[in-house]
Amino acid sequence: MESTITNEVFLQKLTDKFGDAIISSVEDYGMLTVTADSSKNIDILNYLFDEPSLQVQFMTDLTGVHYPEQELAFCVVYHLHSLVNNYRVRFKFFIGGEIPTIASATSVYATANWMERETYDFFGIIFEGHPDLRRILNVDEMVAFPLRKEFPLEDPNRIDKKDYYFGR
Amino acid sequence: MSHIELANSEVKETTTLNLGPTHPATHGVFQNVLEVDGERIMSAEPTIGYIHRAFEKLAEHRPFYQITPITDRLNYCSSPINNLGWHMTVEKLLKLQTPKRVDYMRIVVMELARISDHLICNSILGVDTGAFTGFLYVFQQREKIYDIFEEICGARLTTNIGRIGGFERNWNENVFKKLDQFMIEFPKVWKEFEGLFNRNRIFMDRTIGTGPISAERALNYGFTGPNLRAAGVDYDVRVHSPYSSYEEFEFDIPVGQNGDTYDRFMVINGEVWESLKIIEQAIDKIKKEPADIYHAEASHIYLPKKKEVYTSMEALIYHFKIIMGEVNAPAGEVYHSVEGGNGELGFYLISDGGRTPYRLHFRRPSFIYYQAYPEMIKGGLISDAIVTMSSLNVIAGELDA
Amino acid sequence: MVNIEKAPEGIEGPGFMATNLDQVIGLARKNSLWPLPFATSCCGIEFMATMASTYDFSRFGSERPSFSPRQADLLMVMGTIAKKMAPVLRQVYEQMAEPKWVIAVGACASSGGVFDTYSVLQGIDEVIPVDVYVPGCPPRPEQIIDGFLRIQDLAANEPLTRRSSEEYKRLLAKYDMK
Repeated sequence: MESTITNEVFLQKLTDKFGDAIISSVEDYGMLTVTADSSKNIDILNYLFDEPSLQVQFMTDLTGVHYPEQELAFCVVYHLHSLVNNYRVRFKFFIGGEIPTIASATSVYATANWMERETYDFFGIIFEGHPDLRRILNVDEMVAFPLRKEFPLEDPNRIDKKDYYFGR
Repeated sequence: MSHIELANSEVKETTTLNLGPTHPATHGVFQNVLEVDGERIMSAEPTIGYIHRAFEKLAEHRPFYQITPITDRLNYCSSPINNLGWHMTVEKLLKLQTPKRVDYMRIVVMELARISDHLICNSILGVDTGAFTGFLYVFQQREKIYDIFEEICGARLTTNIGRIGGFERNWNENVFKKLDQFMIEFPKVWKEFEGLFNRNRIFMDRTIGTGPISAERALNYGFTGPNLRAAGVDYDVRVHSPYSSYEEFEFDIPVGQNGDTYDRFMVINGEVWESLKIIEQAIDKIKKEPADIYHAEASHIYLPKKKEVYTSMEALIYHFKIIMGEVNAPAGEVYHSVEGGNGELGFYLISDGGRTPYRLHFRRPSFIYYQAYPEMIKGGLISDAIVTMSSLNVIAGELDA
Repeated sequence: MVNIEKAPEGIEGPGFMATNLDQVIGLARKNSLWPLPFATSCCGIEFMATMASTYDFSRFGSERPSFSPRQADLLMVMGTIAKKMAPVLRQVYEQMAEPKWVIAVGACASSGGVFDTYSVLQGIDEVIPVDVYVPGCPPRPEQIIDGFLRIQDLAANEPLTRRSSEEYKRLLAKYDMK
């Protein structure tokens, strides 16, 4: 099915409303990816939800990425979908610092609850306003955040793996 | 025991009941701590992560075709859908077009996997209400589907089916014979299964009105797949963002009304009939295409034929590079989703130009709609909670990844 | 024609038979092992196929899979055990009454399988003693049945005093169990 909104029209509406908060955008493989200022994420989500010509009212996915070489090392990625207009869009918000923080989307979408808990569990990103931010998939006593690039894949406390057999 | 405040500030004692990770019905390992007042559930708190296998971290260390066995273990009741969804994501990144015959073959495999997933879901729902016969009767047909998968790729359950660009070998005439045999036998079996449950007084009393969810709550919770369609929204990824030539096929989308367990059961029943229609159309279309095409011409990612490897230099180099996983993908980000057995299964792949993904995230439908479970069972009985959980089709492998 | 089990060797006479008590009890135990299917992931689905009519697990006496550890003899661990699940597995094992056997079905239960990650227990024998390992990912139903037949051999030939012997106590002490 074809979409009734085009990427140019969408981007135009967004920059008209938010101006400088929209940092950059790129169109790859048919999907528009908008990078915006992380302090405006809830405003953007609310605007897209309420605007009658856009009606982006479904959150497909929320996740994080870690770029250790960049200054703003963490990126929170939202995949949004307008079912009425059959339009998908991706938003990226870069955050950084010792304890990266961003506002929680649970006020807009109920589905963001566990998705943000998973992102916190994997990356250590704090979502302000989340009703119950704690680990969801890993053991509760874990202190490190496993999907950061510096965390090793294998269990570091294993004693029975002989390096000789693994070519190390 | 603990206390809750009721609306008229009367303090009532409730019992804490643990619906623990070891489940009597093989749904998987997740835990629910329920606060019950007698038999009525006041609140529930789920805990998951008992089978967290760190797929996303594991995928950052593996070349692209080595990730297929991991995707198998996401929704292991319908592994071919996960495998082929992953292959389509990589093909989208590489901008690789597959021939029509490959698309139709993929559709046959995916619809068979969808039927086998729905077989388990509905027959286990029957077992949870006490009806064991449906499960035993219908599982024989699942063995027939396993036979077909074994003929195509060699494995029964975790199939690792297909390659990036197509299939690893062409389908011999046994596959088509078994498919034809299946298409003759299975509709009769499914009709009998429906006859056992659809208008069964006891089953209807157990399932009508249990675990309801309204369409806008379902949309806000990110529901997709049969659970959303049971609530009344006809969103199906195969129709709205078609992939693998689904737009050439004619099929309906069964939709329910109340979003309760009975509607989910009936939607899944209807989907099995639609899948059978699609498979029939696909087999006809396959027969019209030239019979020796089973993969795209993509020498940098698809293994060349062994004869060429022994005689031609480029084929030897490609063979070496592909096996050692030294094939670099272009840098870029892509999101691709397929209609899995229980909803929209999405793959978000970020590649930095290396041999392994930089970040791979699975948008797992079970994880997303299981959040709504406490809301769905609130105010119901404990036995309703069991039936609701089983009708939601939560697969533990997909829940935790 | 119904095949009944072969009787153990002994001295027979009109109306009596004298044989080894171990063998009679072993014969009874091996044909009535009640399993506890601890199914966590994909191997659990293959176990469901084993229990269904094509491969019919209950031919071997396991007609009643029990989900309560107090009433089960055989703990069948099928699927990946994550580190979060390990205490639960250990608690279930400790709740079972002697004599009990453990069968680790699948590569993940035997040794962590393909998941060599920070969150997966690399083999359940890190927390409980295991009698039989069935390799495979997932193992075919015939392989699971074969593993079960090996458990039947163990149950048939086990001396009655094994569970209170010093050697068994040392084995349990290795896992910090009583």
